[in-house]
Amino acid sequence: MTTKQTPPVSTVKTPPVEANVLTIALAGNPNSGKTTAFNEYTGARQHVGNYPGITVERKDGIVHSQGRVVHLVDLPGTYSLTAYSEEEKVVRRVVLEEGVDVVIDILNSSALERNLYLTVQFLELGLPLALGLNMIDEAHNQGLVINAARLSELLGIPVVETVARTKKGLQELLDAACERGEKRRGQPRSPLSISYGPDLDPVLERMSERIARENFLSNRYPARWVALKYLESDEEVLAEGKAEGRLHEELEAEVEAVAQYLSRTLDSYPEAIIADFRYGFINGILRQGVLERRDDLSQRLAVSDQADVFLTHRVLGPVIMFGVLYAVYWLTFTLGAYPMDWVKSAFGWFHALASGMLPDGLLKSLVVSGIIDGVGGVLGFVPLIMIIFFLIAALEDSGYMARIAYMLDKIFRLFGLHGYSVMPYIVSGGIAGGCAVPGVMATRTLRSPREKLATILTLPFLTCGAKLPVFLLFAGIFFSNNSALVMFLLTVLGWTTALLVAKFLRSTLIKGESTPFVMELPPYRLPTLRGLFIHTWERTWQYMKKAGTIILAISILLWAAMQFPGLSDDRAAEFAQRKSAIEEQMKGADKTELGGRLAEIDAEEAGETLRASVAGRLGIALEGVSSYAGFDWRTNIALIGGFAAKEVIISTLGTAYSLGEVDPEQATSLAERIKADHGWNAVTAAALMIFVLLYAPCFVTVVMIRRETGSWKWALFGTVFNTAVAFALAVAAFQIGTAFT
Amino acid sequence: MTTELPLRQLSLNQKARVTSVAAHGEMGRRIRDMGLVPGAEIRVIGRAPLQDPVALRLKGFTLSLRNSEADYIRVMLEEESDQGPDGQA
Repeated sequence: MTTKQTPPVSTVKTPPVEANVLTIALAGNPNSGKTTAFNEYTGARQHVGNYPGITVERKDGIVHSQGRVVHLVDLPGTYSLTAYSEEEKVVRRVVLEEGVDVVIDILNSSALERNLYLTVQFLELGLPLALGLNMIDEAHNQGLVINAARLSELLGIPVVETVARTKKGLQELLDAACERGEKRRGQPRSPLSISYGPDLDPVLERMSERIARENFLSNRYPARWVALKYLESDEEVLAEGKAEGRLHEELEAEVEAVAQYLSRTLDSYPEAIIADFRYGFINGILRQGVLERRDDLSQRLAVSDQADVFLTHRVLGPVIMFGVLYAVYWLTFTLGAYPMDWVKSAFGWFHALASGMLPDGLLKSLVVSGIIDGVGGVLGFVPLIMIIFFLIAALEDSGYMARIAYMLDKIFRLFGLHGYSVMPYIVSGGIAGGCAVPGVMATRTLRSPREKLATILTLPFLTCGAKLPVFLLFAGIFFSNNSALVMFLLTVLGWTTALLVAKFLRSTLIKGESTPFVMELPPYRLPTLRGLFIHTWERTWQYMKKAGTIILAISILLWAAMQFPGLSDDRAAEFAQRKSAIEEQMKGADKTELGGRLAEIDAEEAGETLRASVAGRLGIALEGVSSYAGFDWRTNIALIGGFAAKEVIISTLGTAYSLGEVDPEQATSLAERIKADHGWNAVTAAALMIFVLLYAPCFVTVVMIRRETGSWKWALFGTVFNTAVAFALAVAAFQIGTAFT
Repeated sequence: MTTELPLRQLSLNQKARVTSVAAHGEMGRRIRDMGLVPGAEIRVIGRAPLQDPVALRLKGFTLSLRNSEADYIRVMLEEESDQGPDGQA
C-alpha cells in the first residue's frame, strides 16, 4: 500500500510556523468538551477567525508545554468525516492539507461507541492520533467502566482519561500527543484497514490496487480511503477524482456494479453497509474488555432524564421555555440599558467636547455628526451583545438550547425554518424591543445552511428597539386611545411577515429539502464561567472590529449623503446675513429671546441644507413613487436617514420640518408639527409605521448579514427585498385605508 | 413474540432494536453517523410538546429526530419493555 507523506500544502492562512513547532488539531463530536479542552490549553491566547469563503469559525492557539511549542487548531465539532457539511469539509481539509502532525480526538466517554465512529475514520486516513476519554467522571457516574489501557492496546494509539473542565489528564494527553507526533513525523501514513464484509471487501481490494498503481489521488489520500469514499459516493472526492483523470470512470463503474448487486440481494447500498461494518468494528473492540456497563452504578443520565420530564413536559415545558426566553430578553434589554446609557453619555460628552473645540463648519459636522455620533451609535450595542451572548452561551453549554429547538421545531419547520431559529427571532425583536444585530450573530448556532439563511433574511422584520420610538410617536398622535393595541398589532405583523416570507423564500430562492433535524440532546451540565467569558469576548470583539472599520466608513458616507452638496453660496450668505441682522437688531435685548430667534434660523438653515443634500434630492425625486403610500419628501428623507439606524428617522424628520435637533424620546415639538400638518392622518401614519417595521434593515445589521452569510449578495438582497415587501404592504394599507375614509 | 414496526409507532419507554434504515443521501448519512444502524438498541424517552420531534435513548446519549425522519427507520420490539423512572408523561 503506497501512502506517501503528504507535503503540507496550506490553502488556509495559518500563523507563521517554525520547523520545530508541532501542529496539533483538536477534533471530536459536538458536546464532547473539545472547546473546553481548547480553552484550558490556550487560555485567552486564542486567535479566532473564519475559514475563507465560508462562515465556519477557525480557532488557533499557541501552547508552550515541557519545552515544546505547539500550534493548536480547534476544529469544528463533527460526528463524521463525510463531505455533507461545511464543518466536515473543514476538518478534512485541515488534517490533510495543513501539515498537522497529530490529531487529538476528544471523546465523550459516556457515548463511547458513537464517538469512536469519528476516531475510526481518522484512523482510516492513517493520521497519527491520540484519544482523550473526556468526561470520564460522567461516564463513571452512568455506570460505565472503561479500560483505557485495553483500548489503547487494541487501537495502537495513546488513550488518556480526561476531565477537561477540571484540567484532569489534559497535560498527559498533550504530552502523549506530542510524543506520538514527534515519533511519526516524516514517516509514511499507516491507515487502519477494516473489513467491510464479503460483498465489499473484494471490490475495495480491487479498487485500491488500481488506485495505488495509477497513483490516483494518492499524493493526497491513502488508496483504500479513496476507494472507500468512492463507495460512499463522497461528493468532494468524486469531484477531485473526476478532475484527476480516466480511472475515475472505471471506479464509478465498479461502484455502480456493486451497488446494483447489493440492492438486488440485500436491499441495501454500499454507504449503509460501510456504516454498519464500521459500527460492527467498534462494537468488536468495545466487547474485548474495553467497556462494561454496570447498571447498578448508573445515576447521571437518570438525573438529566428526570429534569427533562419537567423541562420538556407537554404543558410545563413550553411554560418554562417562554419564561426562560422572556428572561433572556428582559435581562439583556433591562440590564443592558444601564451600560448603554453610559456609552451614550460618554459619546454625548465627546460630542459636546468636540462641538466646543472645533469651529463651526464642515469639519465639525463631520467629526461630531459623522464620526462621534456614528461610532457612538454602533458601540452603544456592545453592552447588549455582551449580555446576550453570555446568556446564549450559558443556555447552549447547559444543554437547554437544544431543548428549546426540540420543543419549537415543529412550528418553525412549517415555515421552512428550524427549531434553532427561535433564539435569533426572540433576540431580534420577537418580543418587541430586541435588536437584529445580535439576532443575526445568534444564528451561528444554526448548522443547517438553508434554514440559517432564511432566518437571517427574515429576522429584520421583527420589532427591534430602534423602531419603537417611531411607533410611539405616531401611535401617540393618531391612535392615542389605542396605542398599546397598535404596538401589539405591529409586533404580530412583524412575526407574520417574517414567518410567511421565510416560507416564501424557502419555496423559491432558498428552495430545498429541510436539513435533517437529527441531533443530540446533551445531558444538562453546569457551564464553566471561563468558557462563557471567552465566548462572550469573541463575539464582542468580532463586532467591535466591524464597528471600527466598515461600519465607520458607511456611517461617514451616510453623513455625507445628508450634507452634500448643501446650500448654494448665495443662500448660505443670506442665512448668515439674517443672523447677523437679528443680532444687531436685538442688541441689549433678552439673551434667551435672541438665542431662540437664532435657533429658529439655524433650524431653517439645517432643513434647507438637508433638502439640498443627496439624500434630500433623492427624497424629493422619490415623491412620485412614495406618494402611493402617502409619504411626502420629508418622510422620504427621514426613511433614507433611517438606514443608518431607525432612531435617526425621528431626528431627521425634525430637521426636515426645520425644527432643529429633535430628541427621539421627547419629540413633542415634532408631534405638534405633524398634528397640525394636513398631509398627515391616521392612514398615512399606519402606512408609515408598517413601512418602518418592515423596510431595509439598518446598515449595521446589513454588515452583520454579510458576515454571517459570507456574501454581499445576500446582504444586498435583504436590503432591496425587504424594502419592496415593506413598500407593497404600506401602499396596500394606504390605498385601502384612504378608500374607506 | 417479535414484531417489526416503524419507529414512529413506538410508544413511550418501549425498547426496540433497529432492523433497517431506508434513508439515502444526507439524511441516511446523518442518521447512521449518530449510531442508528441495524442492531442498535433504542428506547423512546419523550416527545416534544407538539408530539414531534421524538427523543430516543441510544447507547449513552439522547438523540432527537423528527417523525418524518423516524419513518425511514424500522425497529423490532424487544421482549421486556421496562418502565423508566419517569413513567408516563
